[in-house]
Amino acid sequence: MLAYALRRLLLAVPLLLGITLISFVVIHLAPGDPTEMMTGGDPSTVHNPELYKQLLKEFDLDKPLHVQYWKWLSRLVRLDFGRSFAPHGRPVLTMIAERLPITLLLNVVELLIIVSLAVPIGVVSATRQYSVFDKVTTIFVFLGFATPDFWLALLLMILFGVQLGWLPISGLRSLNWEYLSFWQQQADFLGHLVLPITVATFGGLAGFSRYMRQSMLEVIRQDYIQSARAKGLAERVVVGKHALRNALLPIVTILGLSLPTLIGGSVIVESVFAIPGMGQLMVQAAFERDYPVLMGNLVIVSTLTLMANLMADLTYSLVDPRIRVGRRRR
Amino acid sequence: MRNFWKALARNRLAVVGGVVVVCLALLAVLATFIAPWDPNKPDVKQILDPPSTRHLFGTDQLGRDVLSRMLFGARVSLAVGFVSVGIAATIGILLGAAAGYHGGLVDALIMRLVDLVLVFPRFFLLLAVLAFLKPSIWTIMAVIGLTGWMGVARLVRAEFLALKEREFVLWSQAVGAGAFRIIWRHILPNAMAPVLVAMTLGIPAAILTESGLSFLGLGVQPPHATWGNMLTEGKDTIELAWWLSVYPGLAILVTVLSYNLFGEGIRDALDPRLRQSAGRVVSRGR
Repeated sequence: MLAYALRRLLLAVPLLLGITLISFVVIHLAPGDPTEMMTGGDPSTVHNPELYKQLLKEFDLDKPLHVQYWKWLSRLVRLDFGRSFAPHGRPVLTMIAERLPITLLLNVVELLIIVSLAVPIGVVSATRQYSVFDKVTTIFVFLGFATPDFWLALLLMILFGVQLGWLPISGLRSLNWEYLSFWQQQADFLGHLVLPITVATFGGLAGFSRYMRQSMLEVIRQDYIQSARAKGLAERVVVGKHALRNALLPIVTILGLSLPTLIGGSVIVESVFAIPGMGQLMVQAAFERDYPVLMGNLVIVSTLTLMANLMADLTYSLVDPRIRVGRRRR
Repeated sequence: MRNFWKALARNRLAVVGGVVVVCLALLAVLATFIAPWDPNKPDVKQILDPPSTRHLFGTDQLGRDVLSRMLFGARVSLAVGFVSVGIAATIGILLGAAAGYHGGLVDALIMRLVDLVLVFPRFFLLLAVLAFLKPSIWTIMAVIGLTGWMGVARLVRAEFLALKEREFVLWSQAVGAGAFRIIWRHILPNAMAPVLVAMTLGIPAAILTESGLSFLGLGVQPPHATWGNMLTEGKDTIELAWWLSVYPGLAILVTVLSYNLFGEGIRDALDPRLRQSAGRVVSRGR
């Protein structure tokens, strides 16, 4: 087990290198020039060849691509992500550290809600296949697959933000945040999270309840479920214990695999609701051609994704005794 | 084949989906003739008019007719859907066939590449590439296609692995047919069914991705109307004009829903066995 985990960790290194190499090449070969942004697009400086050269030199942009990549990489192994190209020139790591917690919070809460709702929905619609409940959830699933999350966000903003005025529709804090008491501040923060989390949960919920139903349907047709019933166990025990445990297995893998999509989803949710997280930082950096911030973001998100995949695989082998990783058969 | 049509016709939802799909294609193609107003002509006298008989879906912040803009937006969405799935399927078929037929090192290399692209945070790559390239309908098609071929590659490989041991393939090899001929004439036609299903289901996914990118301002640029960038404008006037936010999104919903229903109908009619194996060409782009 430990050997397997170590081997997977080692394998993740070339994977991460591949990801950074591809993105580095794509980002740097694409037309467009970050110096425009650094000079604020002021024509007198943009057309000043001296200054232009100096800027290119300062950020190593005049060097061949492989040299640039090597320099970037050798700094990265010392955990130096470089500085932003923006005039403030802040360290990339600081910028990410400010924003990572909120994105992680959103994603973790989202995952918890998805799993805690999708599992019971999937189980009930599988055990009562073709019932009214099953049909209603099927409709919900198809709608969930087809609804663009940013549109759902707009609709909820119109209903709860504009028409009813119950919930705030942008940012994480109200304007009068500083004048609120501690508990009011917490309530204010939670209120700002309700709509973003609802939107982020919606699409994923449809997918997961579908997978759960599918997985459950396959399991309850197995022989061992029949024999569990035959020996007189209560249906509650058969479904809740024997079937559910086995049906949950594939969900673990799907959960790990779907992480890049979930994180990608937070890009849209964060930009609709103006939440200062990783997604919003990424969009800003992309628009401003801020290479170091973009690459730093990619490294962090890819590492998190790879770790999550690894954890999903390890959990899978822990909970499923049929899978013995890293142990050769004698 | 007759069984296929019978089975498809029995699935009421799939038929409805198919009809809507055809209608949408017609509306998009005939947009120039159907659209009641010029989609790009501003009119200061009717800014943000609510829906009425004159403007069925109202007008936007420049006084342009929302319905007409949506009809032209349908062209963008459908074109992106079809072309990017075409690109993804071509790459997927070529790589999947090579991996499945040759096996060994070729297979190992291609499958590692698939793994690499699969763990890649795709939306981030899309963002990075589109922000740096000049956003146009062609770059969107290319980028969505280039990042969405993995599902087809896996499908085709699996089919090839199963088919290459069958008698008709072994027989062709025995009489000396070349690899190229065997792949194209003998194996591929037998492996196409799941690929076609995956392509049908890939179109709505690509449409969703495109509208998301357009919404972020990385898609087709204004003044050209797409459903995504109309919603961006809707967000800016969200407190004044609900119709700008509601109708374009509804169009996306209806389009994606009917393609999904149609695609799943085809899959079930072709072969109920495919229920699980047919993946989506372009994963949901979120």
